[in-house]
Formats: sequence, C-alpha cells, structure tokens
Amino acid sequence: MRKKLLIIFSLFISYQVMAQTPQELVNKIRIKLEKVNDYTAKGKLKTNVVFIKAPIASVKVYYKKPDKMKIVNENGISFIPKGSVNINLAKSLSAAGNYEIVDAGKEPATGLRILKLLPTDENSDIVLSTLYIDEKAELIKKAKNTTRDNGTYELEMSYGKYATYGLPDKVIFSFNTKDYKLPKGVTFDYDDGSEKKPGDNLKNKKGKVEITYSEYLINKGVDDAVFK
Amino acid sequence: MVQLLKIEIFKIFKRPRTYIAFAVIALIIILIQIALKFGGKEYVGLMMSGMGDSFEELPTKTILNGYLVCFIILNLLLIHVPILVALVAGDAIAGEANMGTLRLLASKPVSRIQLLVVKFTASAFYTLILLIWVAILALFLSILLFGVNWLGVPRELQFNVMESDDVLWRYALAFCFAAIGLICVAALAFMLSVFSDNSIGPIVTTVCIIIVFTILTQMQIPFYDETIKPYLFTTHMLGWKGFFYVKAIDGETQKGSIENLTAILKSAAILIVYTAGFLGIAFWYFKRKNILS
Repeated sequence: MRKKLLIIFSLFISYQVMAQTPQELVNKIRIKLEKVNDYTAKGKLKTNVVFIKAPIASVKVYYKKPDKMKIVNENGISFIPKGSVNINLAKSLSAAGNYEIVDAGKEPATGLRILKLLPTDENSDIVLSTLYIDEKAELIKKAKNTTRDNGTYELEMSYGKYATYGLPDKVIFSFNTKDYKLPKGVTFDYDDGSEKKPGDNLKNKKGKVEITYSEYLINKGVDDAVFK
Repeated sequence: MVQLLKIEIFKIFKRPRTYIAFAVIALIIILIQIALKFGGKEYVGLMMSGMGDSFEELPTKTILNGYLVCFIILNLLLIHVPILVALVAGDAIAGEANMGTLRLLASKPVSRIQLLVVKFTASAFYTLILLIWVAILALFLSILLFGVNWLGVPRELQFNVMESDDVLWRYALAFCFAAIGLICVAALAFMLSVFSDNSIGPIVTTVCIIIVFTILTQMQIPFYDETIKPYLFTTHMLGWKGFFYVKAIDGETQKGSIENLTAILKSAAILIVYTAGFLGIAFWYFKRKNILS
C-alpha cells in the first residue's frame, strides 16, 4: 500500500513539473534570480581563442540590478569578449512581459526544456534567446543569445553552492572571433617555423572564455563607481 | 696576451667616439620611454587594434609595463645596435693600418693570430658591455619607470601572454642570444677591417650589408623566403624573440615553455658558424697579408 502511494505521489510530482507552462517556469527562475540585488565575485578567467595564448587570470565580477555588470582584471592581462556583460541572465529575464516565450520542447540528449525568448522591444540588443532549462532545479544550464551587434554567443553554466540564487560556479562563454593580423613590418617576427600563415583556421572561429567563480558576496552592496 | 688584451680594451675605451654609441643608445631608449610614458596607451591600442572587434575594452593599462617597454625597445634597437658595433669592430685592424701602427704591432713578439685574437676579443668585450648597457636602460630603467606586470607579445598572427614571474629568465636568455648575434656582426666588421687600410670602408660596408640583409629578412616575397632568407644571418639574429613565443594548451600559456627551442638553437648555431667563418677568413687573410703601414 505504501509503495503504491509513493508511486502515485511521484507521478503527481512529476506531473506537476511537467505541467509547468513556459511562463511559469520562466517566472520561477526570474524570482530566483531577483533575490540577488548585487554581488561581487572572485573568479579565474581562462581565454581559449585561436590567436591568444594567455595564462589564467584573476578577475573580479561586479553585478548590480537591473543590468550593471563589470568584469575587472585583478592582476595580469585578461581579455573580456564583447557581449560577456550578459553572462548574468537576470538581465534577459528581468522585465516580464517584454518578451514572447515559445516552448521548443526538450533537448533529447539532456532532457533540458528549451524555451525561446523573443523580445517584443524592437530596439533590444538581444534578438533571440534560447534557454535550456533544468526544470527540476529551476536553473538555466545553457543559453544561446543572438544579438544585433555582437553576433551569436552561447553560455554554459554549472551550478554549485550558489544554485539557490541561480548563480553559477562556472560559466563558459562561447563567441565568434574576428581574424587577428598585424603587419610583419610592425612585429618583426622571428620565423621559428611554428606560426602558420593566415587562413580559414583563424577566421570566424569560435572563441571561449571560462570563468570559474571561487566566492560570491551576495547583496552586500556594490558601489556604482565600479561600473564607470 | 692578457696584458695585450688589457691594452686593446684600454685603447677602445680611451677613445671618445667609443662613448658615442653608449650616448646614442641612452638617448634612443630614454626617448622611447618618454614617448611611451605619455602616449603608450595609444601605442598599445594601435598594437592591439586587431582584437578590438572581438573584445571589450582592451587591458592597455596593464599591458603597458616595464617588460613590454623593454620588448618594444629591443624590437626597435637590436636592428640598429649592430651599426654601433661595426663602428668599433670595423676599426680594429683598419684603424691601426690607417694610423700606421699596424706594422709596429705586428713586429711585437706575438704571432699575428694572437694579435687578431686579442683584437677580436676586445671588440667582442666592447659589444658585450654595449649590450649590458642596453639591458640596464631598456629593462631595468623601464621596470623602474613603468613597473612590472604580465608580458603581452604581439606577433603577426598571435598574441602571446606570459606571467610576470615567467619573464626575467626569458630576457636573460634573449640578451645572451643577442650577444651571439652582435658578436657575429662584430666578426663581419672585423673581417672586413682586415681587408682594408681605412676604417671607413669596413664600417660602411658592414652597415650596408646589415641594411640590405635586414630588408631581405623583412620582405615577404615567397621567392626570397625559400631561397635566400633562411641563410641570412640577419634572419637568425631575430632568434632572441623566440624566447618570448610560448606554448599553450587550449589557449592557456604553459609556464616556462618555449614554442620552438630547436629553431632558436639552430639559429644560434648558424650565427656561431657565420662568426667562425668570418673569423676564419680574417685569420687566413691576415696571416698572408703584406703589412705595409
């Protein structure tokens, strides 16, 4: 009897999860993200771009509601890709009703719910957002954003102890890179036989930036001067 | 022989014109440092302009530091230092002949080979002192003026970044490599000096050879790339930069790595072979030379 009740209860719970409308799901995630008014996070930034060889840099990430975001180099040299200010998804979901939600089913491999967000504002920088959501955990695991000016970029998030705030422990930001070339007359390169000639391998390649957060200070206040 | 070497070194450093090279180097380096102190951000911005399309505000502030300033100075200067080296090495034998003291020197109780060894060693010593002067001003003064941070090295198709504690040993090796390159130039000027009775000829000829070879090295014409360029000593003199080309895994710089050490060693070996060749010709000719002045 207990077993039957457990099965019925499980089915009921899964039905409840399944039954979430796209709007409900987005609202739940939005509420979770809105718990964060601001944060300061320390992190390690790894650049993986075809024309850059760089060590892992220490960065500090600042966020303040509704859409202020800044990644600051703590030491060393780091390269922050264009559009990376949108790694905080609270901005995309902040204004409920400012977008149409289209349910695109589930990703077969992962079972993540796919929702497409179409901004209603014609001047919005983001033209289309595709969110891959873990319904149970109410967390966005993946996002693909198509922007007006900075092409398409993808975000992949892993969560840990800050999952209750919807804040990831690790973000992988993938973006399109333009080709990089300096005149040889400027660089006076030494030809050690290693460097390849420019070709398709350098053009329109995907670059990746990984930020691994080590600690968040949530809702402790962030000075506006940081974002200037 | 040591006594003779001391005399030769004394003669070099007694001449006021020897210090022209030191003054010129100091002037150039300080001018570059002043320019970068006041307009460095624009210069770095220009250097990294190719990245502007893919990245937010580039970290020009942190990139402009003592290590990069030294790299820029060496990039500009190590093409011109050979000219200053030629001023002394080209004068070593021809200057004596011009003054009429070569015959007197040759009559001393030392062999002609010993005399040449001493003369060339003195020229090489001058070259090394000049290089140390460059290192003091370009590296240490730049560190003092601009501080230290990670080093970003722009290449034609890449941008290599290394941590600040991974840089000094690279400079030490780069200066050692530059010494091999400059001694090769000194050997060329010295060889030409043996053939001449007037120091202007070997100095100007050395400068002309360096200019022509440097142009050929920098020209991107496939015909020269495959035929002449690999054999020019000026091509291999740029090998010091190889110490700043790093290996990376998934874009992450491997600390302490050198992209192609074999190529650098090959370049060093080629420069040493050139030096030996120039000196061999000088010794061979000087042994048979009829010294009339």
